[in-house]
Amino acid sequence: MDISKEKLEWIYTTMYRIRRFEETMLEQTLKGNSMGVAHTSDGQEAPPTGICAHLTDKDWIGSTHRGHGHCISKGLETDKMMAEVFGKATGQCGGKGGSMHISDFSKGMLGANGIVGASIPLAVGAALTAKLKGIEHESVGVSFFGDGASSQGVLHESMNLASVWKLPVIFACENNGYAEATPSWYAVSAEDIASRAEGYGMPGIVVDGMDVFAVYDAAGEAIARARAGEGPTFIEMKTYRYHGHFHADDTSKYRKPEEEEFYKKLDAIKHFERTVSKQKLMTEKKMKSIRDSIEQEMLHAVEFALNSPMPDISTLYDDVYVNYSNPIAGLR
Amino acid sequence: MTTSQANNPLGPGYDGVAGSEMRFRDIFRDTLRAEMNRDDDVFLMGEDISGGFDKDTKEPLDAWGGPFAATKGLVQEFGVERIRDAPISEAGFVGAAVGSALTGMRPVVDLMYFDFVTVAFDQLLSNAAKSRYMFGGQTKVPLTLFARSGAGTGHAAQHSESFYSMLAHIPGLKVVVPSDPYSVKGLLAAAIRDDDPVFLVNDKKLINLTGFVPDEDYVIELGKGRYMRRGTDVTLVGMSYTSVVCQKAAEQLAEIGIDAEVIDMMSLSPFDEDILIESVAKTNNVVIVDEDTPRASMSSEFAAIIADKAFDHLDAPVKRVTSPHSPVPYNSALEQAFMPQPADVVGTVKNLLGRE
Repeated sequence: MDISKEKLEWIYTTMYRIRRFEETMLEQTLKGNSMGVAHTSDGQEAPPTGICAHLTDKDWIGSTHRGHGHCISKGLETDKMMAEVFGKATGQCGGKGGSMHISDFSKGMLGANGIVGASIPLAVGAALTAKLKGIEHESVGVSFFGDGASSQGVLHESMNLASVWKLPVIFACENNGYAEATPSWYAVSAEDIASRAEGYGMPGIVVDGMDVFAVYDAAGEAIARARAGEGPTFIEMKTYRYHGHFHADDTSKYRKPEEEEFYKKLDAIKHFERTVSKQKLMTEKKMKSIRDSIEQEMLHAVEFALNSPMPDISTLYDDVYVNYSNPIAGLR
Repeated sequence: MTTSQANNPLGPGYDGVAGSEMRFRDIFRDTLRAEMNRDDDVFLMGEDISGGFDKDTKEPLDAWGGPFAATKGLVQEFGVERIRDAPISEAGFVGAAVGSALTGMRPVVDLMYFDFVTVAFDQLLSNAAKSRYMFGGQTKVPLTLFARSGAGTGHAAQHSESFYSMLAHIPGLKVVVPSDPYSVKGLLAAAIRDDDPVFLVNDKKLINLTGFVPDEDYVIELGKGRYMRRGTDVTLVGMSYTSVVCQKAAEQLAEIGIDAEVIDMMSLSPFDEDILIESVAKTNNVVIVDEDTPRASMSSEFAAIIADKAFDHLDAPVKRVTSPHSPVPYNSALEQAFMPQPADVVGTVKNLLGRE
């Protein structure tokens, strides 16, 4: 296997951090410590991890309402993420974005996005910036989206733009089988969403989204193409979300237990553990020490978020604009 | 060299400066060129902004030079990377412009007809306008968009809208409405240099009008209106092309002994509350003239501000002259009836002041 020891450790750490962040965040949300709606991505750890393993802070990613895994893969700190979900002043967006708008521009993270499909052209725009500045070799745009967004017109416009302008874009489709409660077999008119890439003149690749090594390999090739100025690639990763569409969604109303069990047998983290154990690439002791440190990190994140101050009410009026000459305050 | 006319003031400080009479369309293009020369991060995107490519050489033909030939010649100067012809996909390329603005560029988007705003509306509302706020001030969106609005040219219902009120309603967006060559130079330059997303709404009826333009580099501060004409009897409030309508009405009113003051708002978000209040405090009567439809419009907003903050100065109710609550008709007689005309303004002022 052509992955360095450090990278393997990063992959395991990242996937486990995503898993435990989501589980911890969900637990805290159900306890009432979160201030709103949150969407979990546990089960879907392999796609963002396998892709972002190839990226640096100079590369940009666009994300979705189910964005925690993308944030973590791009290097965001779980303290500030948890605080944002809790609506605190110390959160990544000062408590004004919440789970659906976590972003970190210093890390090349263009923001989770609450409108399905809306972040896709943002990643295309980031890639356009790279092309205009002549830095494609070190700055690509990755757009994460799901099977639900694959039906949005803006994806198709973005694919066409990226292709005709030969931009360094990766269309990273996380097909978890469900758009909210609607199954993709009902809503998507193709067996593989990636087959649509052909119509836009770019490679379309289908990979097992529960296998981080498969994602890593496919993404590596696609990102190398993008950095070489050879244009966009579409990667569809078949994956599964373990929990509901949002924190209070009961999946038993629309998914069969057998199906959920089937995917849990394919679990991305267990698959990683089996693979590295079999190939003697990482010891169980090492993996346990990573897991233990993540458990500590989650305890810290919750404590940090709980103990953080609320935003000052005056921040309500901040940052609507860089500058604006009329009052922002409402009329009273 | 010519100087501005006393009856057509450009704004404070611009009497007697060096400049020339220019067409609106020419100074619009010259300003785009100047801003692209000024800042390498500025680039232009839109449908047919050069228009046409040679199949063999792949070179741009500049056959259209942009909708209404607004950008003619720029592709030869700046090349196809910075004068970027876009496929017909407004949501896609406006979204890409937002992404590009978020990552360090200063894109300028030509949306062709103002009506096409709605095709890209989610990108404008959910990404351009909200990114700075929902990300807690981490970022900014230095994006400029422009498009042609307005009835009167036989473009019918889907190419003639003036619903800039829909954009002014959105926190995070700024909206400017030039009304002559002087204001389009200053507002376009200000929009491109501004760090917030700004939409410049360009009424088609202005494109071939001429007016005095100072040679010097200048910007018009966003949110400032100006007096186009001083008067004491009634305030006429115009925006975009209705500032021209108000000036024509003021000339007709002068013939019957009514001394009208004309305000050109120039910016709709932010907008100049002070100039409205200052003028109404002097004239005690106001008529707001708007080609946008009347419900939840800029005219209703200005009326509310005047009622709230200048109520004691009013001798009569705030009056509005607007288009009807209808789509824009095709037939030219219907279309002319749809648009606020100088005669409509004159009639409203005469009723307001109790003059026959």
